[in-house]
Amino acid sequence: MAEANGGLVIRPMDQFEVRPLFGGDMVGLFTITNVTLWMALTVVAVSLLMVVGSRGRALVPTRSQSMAELTYSFIYKMVEDVAGRDAVRFFPYIITLFLFVLFANLLGLIPFAFTTTSHIAVTAVLALAVFITVTITGFVVNGAAFLKLFWVDSAPLALRPVLALIELVSYFVRPVSHSIRLAGAMMAGHAVAKVFAGFAGALGVAFVIPVLAVTALYALELLVAVIQAYVFTILTCVYLKDALHPSH
Amino acid sequence: MEGDLANMGKYIGVGLTAIGMGGAAIGVGNIAGNFLAGALRNPSAAAGQTAMLFIGIAFAEALGIFSFLVALLLMFAV
Repeated sequence: MAEANGGLVIRPMDQFEVRPLFGGDMVGLFTITNVTLWMALTVVAVSLLMVVGSRGRALVPTRSQSMAELTYSFIYKMVEDVAGRDAVRFFPYIITLFLFVLFANLLGLIPFAFTTTSHIAVTAVLALAVFITVTITGFVVNGAAFLKLFWVDSAPLALRPVLALIELVSYFVRPVSHSIRLAGAMMAGHAVAKVFAGFAGALGVAFVIPVLAVTALYALELLVAVIQAYVFTILTCVYLKDALHPSH
Repeated sequence: MEGDLANMGKYIGVGLTAIGMGGAAIGVGNIAGNFLAGALRNPSAAAGQTAMLFIGIAFAEALGIFSFLVALLLMFAV
């Protein structure tokens, strides 16, 4: 926040601080922090929509049941289209990922809320889980033939070792880019919003301009929150497709 | 004085990483523009390719976010 005395002081990264909820300064392995709280709230929100919202199982759905059904069929179709028919057995995992990331992003947009997905530690766990799942699935389904993913048959023989090296590196960079994309996008958006909000405090009467800018930015952030959740899941589907059908 | 010089270099480096974000902007714009050009020529095929559009945008955007990460590392970790 801006402090008018002694110039403009904006600390856009303060909002990402992990604090213990019940006093103390130490964050241990099992300390209940604000991250724990907002992750729990995310789970509650997802359960409210998907379990309580669609409890009626009416033939003519209510509004919340309709939202739940639309989300379900949207993700189902995405898994089928991108990863193929045989990837449907991973559908429960993928919709869990999508709903968790979506609701974590959206809950983070509530003023004074904490964005759990803005922490690389959180998204790295999600991305590593995807990476390990995909790698194990690849070896279980295809056996050693999974390594064909790195050996491009369509390329000239002399070029294949070079390509194999590139493919190998890009395979192991996947969890890094997968996690940092989500965390980076969320962190950047929230930091920019905070910087603009800081200008509003410092400008006096002209505060209208940054407030309008923040409003527009907030709309953009809503869009980004949904798109990043979508991108996270669709990339999971793409990686899964590679694991199930490794030949190019 | 030594520390000031090091800080100056740090901030110049952080500013330079912003160029990487410009590159990502060019990439994302290129993908979206080409998608639109293709979609206007054959609108019936456009709906099936939106997933590919987002995948392409995500890959291009990742590189911009890497430069953002380098900026953050320089600012807060180095």
